[in-house]
Amino acid sequence: MDVFSSLMDGFATALTPLNFMYAVIGVILGTAVGVLPGLGPAMTVALLLPVTYALEPTSAFIMFAGIYYGGMYGGSTTSILLNTPGESSSVVTAIEGNKMAKAGRAAQALATAAIGSFVAGTIGTALLALCAPIVVDFAVSLGAPSYFAIMVLALLAVTAVLGSSRLRGFASLGLGLAIGLVGLDVVTGQARLTFGVPLLADGLDIVVVAVAIFAVGEALWVAAHLRRNPLQVIPVGRPWMGKQDWKRSWKPWLRGTAFGFPFGALPAGGAEIPTFLSYVTEKRLSKHPEEFGKGAIEGVAGPEAANNAAAAGTLTPMLALGLPTNATAAVMLAAFTQYGIQPGPQLFESEGPLVWALIASLFIGNLLLLVINLPLAPMWAKLLQIPRPYLYAGILFFATLGAYSVNLQAFDLALLLALGALGFMMRRFGLPVLPLILGVILGPRLEKQLRQTLQLSAGDPAGLFSEPIAVVIYIIVAIILLWPLLFKLIRRNRPAAVPAGMPSTGSGTVPPTEAGGSGGGGSHRADATPGGDGDA
Amino acid sequence: MTIVVGYVPTPEGEAALTQAILEARKSNSKLLVINSSKGDALVDNRYAQEPEIQTIEERLAAQGIDHAIIQPVRGHDAAAEVLDAAEEQKAELIVIGLRRRTPVGKLIMGSTSQRILLEADCPVLAVKAGATA
Repeated sequence: MDVFSSLMDGFATALTPLNFMYAVIGVILGTAVGVLPGLGPAMTVALLLPVTYALEPTSAFIMFAGIYYGGMYGGSTTSILLNTPGESSSVVTAIEGNKMAKAGRAAQALATAAIGSFVAGTIGTALLALCAPIVVDFAVSLGAPSYFAIMVLALLAVTAVLGSSRLRGFASLGLGLAIGLVGLDVVTGQARLTFGVPLLADGLDIVVVAVAIFAVGEALWVAAHLRRNPLQVIPVGRPWMGKQDWKRSWKPWLRGTAFGFPFGALPAGGAEIPTFLSYVTEKRLSKHPEEFGKGAIEGVAGPEAANNAAAAGTLTPMLALGLPTNATAAVMLAAFTQYGIQPGPQLFESEGPLVWALIASLFIGNLLLLVINLPLAPMWAKLLQIPRPYLYAGILFFATLGAYSVNLQAFDLALLLALGALGFMMRRFGLPVLPLILGVILGPRLEKQLRQTLQLSAGDPAGLFSEPIAVVIYIIVAIILLWPLLFKLIRRNRPAAVPAGMPSTGSGTVPPTEAGGSGGGGSHRADATPGGDGDA
Repeated sequence: MTIVVGYVPTPEGEAALTQAILEARKSNSKLLVINSSKGDALVDNRYAQEPEIQTIEERLAAQGIDHAIIQPVRGHDAAAEVLDAAEEQKAELIVIGLRRRTPVGKLIMGSTSQRILLEADCPVLAVKAGATA
């Protein structure tokens, strides 16, 4: 019962008045940014990274975790009442949720979303507490070659599987890796990409990069698209559920959890795919299939449970392996680095109390979120009436303050603007933000593992394949990369009357176009929340 | 000649619209319904949605009134939109709905009606909710 006693210690830490207060602040902030489309937990955690200089690590992470979970709750409110997803992971919720609201069942939709999120979040967190130590036990036996392979897999999977275009994903990843390279090489001390500017020798601070890409880029994007026809919120009273609603909701909640957790834990899982899968499953299993498309409660209960379970799932590789699989986890990982805490399997050993307090705070945060969301959902929807100039002026103010507070040098502000412009351009041209931020954060660690591997094998590239797990992962990587190509060949062969010879001539004359590889779900919304792309 | 009415989906706006329809029928003039928003917030409950506009459209058509409904979203406040339209159409009358405002509320938020009353070049008819029953 080692896990249990550690977890109880965690509760003791997380329930001290100060930490409890930070949990409350976190969930309130998280819900607020979740409700507002365009703002997400990743941006909020990035804006709050500078507080890591003032706060205890435990308090800061408890707050960040609250923001992360809160964002998942808040997104559903906007989806249901406005038909505009507050977060990319609640796109599916909008399909049935808004129909329910229009049919006068907004209260039930909000209730099933909130209670489902609570159920899934609690089960997910329990699974996290159980699985993470097991993953750690497995992970400590891995050497540098395997780590390198796992990171390559995570980067490629996020880039190739999510989003609508592989080309854009890889462009974004390339930008991120390049930004991560800036500075002095750790081993040889050579200056890389510094262009002779001594201030760049320390590399780009991750706080500046994250704030610029998430906050400044988004603010510029919104400023460029300020005017749009406003909508009306569907009026709703206090959320509640009847007996029939409970009966129809509890199975989708559990199935949604079962979809969400594993997908969240996988690299490139994210929260979008399981919500979509859950929706499709509920549609098939429902006893009221005729209601789908007109506001079926199962279509809200399942996906909402799935996205919260995915949030818990995402934290498993983040805490156990130091491997973020979405933007918020990536920024939280950056916060570990700010504290000088080495993420990875040794985290549970070296920072045990912190990790367990964090997990305990997730349980507490979940309960808090249920309490503040269930009765107050209509009040949260009022946030949508805030004129956006006020909102984004505030965000830019905090972004600037945060970027300046890192090193107290004006040069960082110039960097902030330049990278903010990059963030704007990425949104303009539909480049997903997630691969860039993962590239910046994982790039240097990836390089370290590669260097270590090559040093061990005295420069022989065969050293990369020296561990069996690494080989298995490279095979998976190869499949992910070649999948669209294979898929096309299979497709071309099957209906064609002349199967022989076709593939060779086909691939010789007509190289497969890059844009064809849309492996992910088609839930990419380009209207108001391009920043929320892959941002769970 | 044209009558301009500032419409919002509230009892005051409803009263203004009803009065404007009466005036338009009396003088047989064209009715221009304006419902505007600054468009800088995601949600604006004073901006009428599609079904509501449809209803007004049908109501005006049923009364046989020559009409137009516009919904400008250009970042101007409602007063400016109404005044602009009145000037452009050389309106004979502007109809607006008044709601009760505390002096402090008026100080902070300003008053759309007051601006229209003071700045309009034509007569302004102001009605209150529930006054035209």
